[in-house]
Amino acid sequence: MSSATSAATITVALIGNPNTGKSTLFNALAGTKQRVGNFPGCTVEKKTGRMSCEGQAFELIDLPGTYSLSPRSPDEMVTVDVLLGRRIDAKKPDVLLCIVDASNLERNLYLVSQALELGLPTVLAMNMVDIAAARGLTIDVAKLSSQLGLPIVELQAHKKLGVDSLKLALLQAAKQKIEERESPFPPEFVAEMNTLRANLEQAAQTNSHAVLPRYLVERLLLDTSGYLAGAVLHPQEQHIPPQLETARQRLAEAGLPVPGVEAMSRYGWVARVLQGVVTRPKQRRVTASDKIDGVLTHKYVGTAIFVLLMLLVFNSVFSWASPAMDLIDGLFGSLGEAVEASMEAGPLRSLLVDGIVGGVGGVLIFLPQILILFFFIAILEDCGYMARAAFLMDKLMAGVGLSGKSFIPLLSSFACAIPGVMATRVIENPRDRLATILVAPLMSCSARLPVYVLLISAFVPPVVYVEYFLTLQGMTMAAMYGIGILAAVAMAFVLKKTLLRGETPPFVMDLPSYKWPSLVTVLARMTERGWSFIRRAGTLILAVSILVWAASYYPHNAADVPTALWQQQTQLEQQIANLEKTAAKDDPTLEAQRAELQNVQNQIDGEFVRHSLLGRMGKVIEPAVVPLGWDWRIGSAAIASFPAREVIVAVLGVIYNLGEVDMDESVESADSPLKQQLRAAVWDSDSPRAGQKVYTLPVALSITVFFALCAQCAATLVVIKRETNSWRWPVFTFVYMTSLAYLAAFITYQVGTHWL
Amino acid sequence: MTLNELQPGQSAKVLEVQGMDAVAVRLMEMGLTPGVELVFIDTALWGDPLEVELRGYRLSLRKTEAARVVVESLYPPSSP
Repeated sequence: MSSATSAATITVALIGNPNTGKSTLFNALAGTKQRVGNFPGCTVEKKTGRMSCEGQAFELIDLPGTYSLSPRSPDEMVTVDVLLGRRIDAKKPDVLLCIVDASNLERNLYLVSQALELGLPTVLAMNMVDIAAARGLTIDVAKLSSQLGLPIVELQAHKKLGVDSLKLALLQAAKQKIEERESPFPPEFVAEMNTLRANLEQAAQTNSHAVLPRYLVERLLLDTSGYLAGAVLHPQEQHIPPQLETARQRLAEAGLPVPGVEAMSRYGWVARVLQGVVTRPKQRRVTASDKIDGVLTHKYVGTAIFVLLMLLVFNSVFSWASPAMDLIDGLFGSLGEAVEASMEAGPLRSLLVDGIVGGVGGVLIFLPQILILFFFIAILEDCGYMARAAFLMDKLMAGVGLSGKSFIPLLSSFACAIPGVMATRVIENPRDRLATILVAPLMSCSARLPVYVLLISAFVPPVVYVEYFLTLQGMTMAAMYGIGILAAVAMAFVLKKTLLRGETPPFVMDLPSYKWPSLVTVLARMTERGWSFIRRAGTLILAVSILVWAASYYPHNAADVPTALWQQQTQLEQQIANLEKTAAKDDPTLEAQRAELQNVQNQIDGEFVRHSLLGRMGKVIEPAVVPLGWDWRIGSAAIASFPAREVIVAVLGVIYNLGEVDMDESVESADSPLKQQLRAAVWDSDSPRAGQKVYTLPVALSITVFFALCAQCAATLVVIKRETNSWRWPVFTFVYMTSLAYLAAFITYQVGTHWL
Repeated sequence: MTLNELQPGQSAKVLEVQGMDAVAVRLMEMGLTPGVELVFIDTALWGDPLEVELRGYRLSLRKTEAARVVVESLYPPSSP
């Protein structure tokens, strides 16, 4: 493409209320030509796409769903700045595309009334005409179009109806000039604004800086929070805020109090525009949506249905994902074996097998859970239930200072914190969203299960209180989940009182009409989330896996392994080679020799790991973990499991000379070699506790508690970085969770040794 | 009276939204302006938040937020 064509690209910005089908429209227009990122320095999602119509190229920018363009925070300011062409990272839009819900025109036109003051050619996309028709609403679109002075295209975005005419309308609009519009505000207000504008123009001239756009001048007058004045006024314009005060006083005296005057004027304008446009049935029709809502938001019935629904979703994420996860695990396992068989032993093979194949597998293993969870979330969002879920759970979450919107992300985190953290995008308040992200990893995810099961089944006595229902092991397991929830509740409460304190955000939201979810939208959402995880978290997670591999491999010095072991190995290899020539294939001595060789090799591997950087780190941190009842081996295993908790099972296997243990067998079998090794392990001869058993019940519990609360999951930390757009929060999460885990493990061990 | 004091199913007319902070602005943006008529549907379990119908759509808001909305009952509740 030459620069001439790209210069002529028409930029279209898409805005609209939440739940109007905006993302569906964006997908229908841009198809797969999309890019998702963040606006630099904030968490606002920047979604762009490309399309063309009659040879004309378009660039689309999808802006966050919003009820109004009244910025009171930097995040809300992003949208307005993009629309006014005030950001260097986004081209000023040539056309504004505003999507409205036909069944809810009155409230949707509030945003349109603000959008019309931006001075951009505007096209109105009227979506959900089918729902409006079902409600018995007749809309005179031609009349509305002429009263608004805007082209209107009727749409059913989920069926892609009207998309082509919309493209044509955008092409037309880009060529048209915009006319000056009449302000929806009363003349007194307009006069005040004009005075202010003249003052600002003068200030701009004397200080030779750019003049503030008309819309922002109006907002300065309307924004009583003081945010906007701080954000857009220059240091030389400090005489303006007092002028704003006196202007507002004059307006209040004239019976036009700020900020109330805005809603009054705009809804007045909406009423005038809609005059004779919408005909409602004489008798208000009770729609299917109303009937469904009567059940689904019912105090008792609705809550009961919600609980059942969540159980279903949660169980599905758990159980549907595991076969896929096993498949991925198996696939990468065989791939690793294949690579291992085809290469000479050495650092490159180890890097490929344990670092890269293992690392890529470690990224992809999360995909089934992400896809399944977002499949359900997309259905719930698309059919209109998501807002009801937030409605039903709000009181519960308000107790810890969050809102109902945090419930589903936190619940999802019991399956896996990664989709849970990604699901927080529905929370539009930045503080609530951050608090939810920061506590989500405390929920006991499925990756903690192997650790719990291994240690609990090996060390907690199998006492049965009530057959099948109440066992000591079961209660210990439940306690681990309980500890996570308690810590999350306490942490959310503390965060909302300290770091993330601020005025309670409004929980005023619309409960959209129910509709059938569209499969296309659901699948698009699912794949988008899956891809965004792989593309933007995958590489970092892989890098971490490689780093940890390197730490457990190097220096790999042959001198670290006792010569006796090397001699034994050579001897056994020779004996096997000799036997292979003479003896039958299933000769028992040959088998025994081979097993012995494997055993020696496992011991050599164990020596290498114990002398690796990781093992040395374990030794260095031993004084710090002794108060938890741990020896340096557990310390090293905890460090090695930084990429993912469940890795500890494999690392313990290698450290205890078992070679590569089978994860499922080690965890599930009551008397697996790993469990036997753990039960038999004793403190090193150079330690004060030489010869004593390492793993007592308090030690096992201390490790379990540590793993319940620690942040040993690189993928979660990377996703937090990605969602918060800063390294500050993953670092914070790691530090606070590790401290919490350490403290809890310390208390568990100390209380355990003195009381049990 | 205020919006949170209505009985389920009761209709009312908005007289005023108190305050000028973010909550008040949002309530007005969502269409709770003086003169508009609404129906209080019901609350969620534990009495909070509330569901209200106005301007042809359904709105959810918390009790503390509803307490900012001064209303006038249109039809006295039939139940005691």
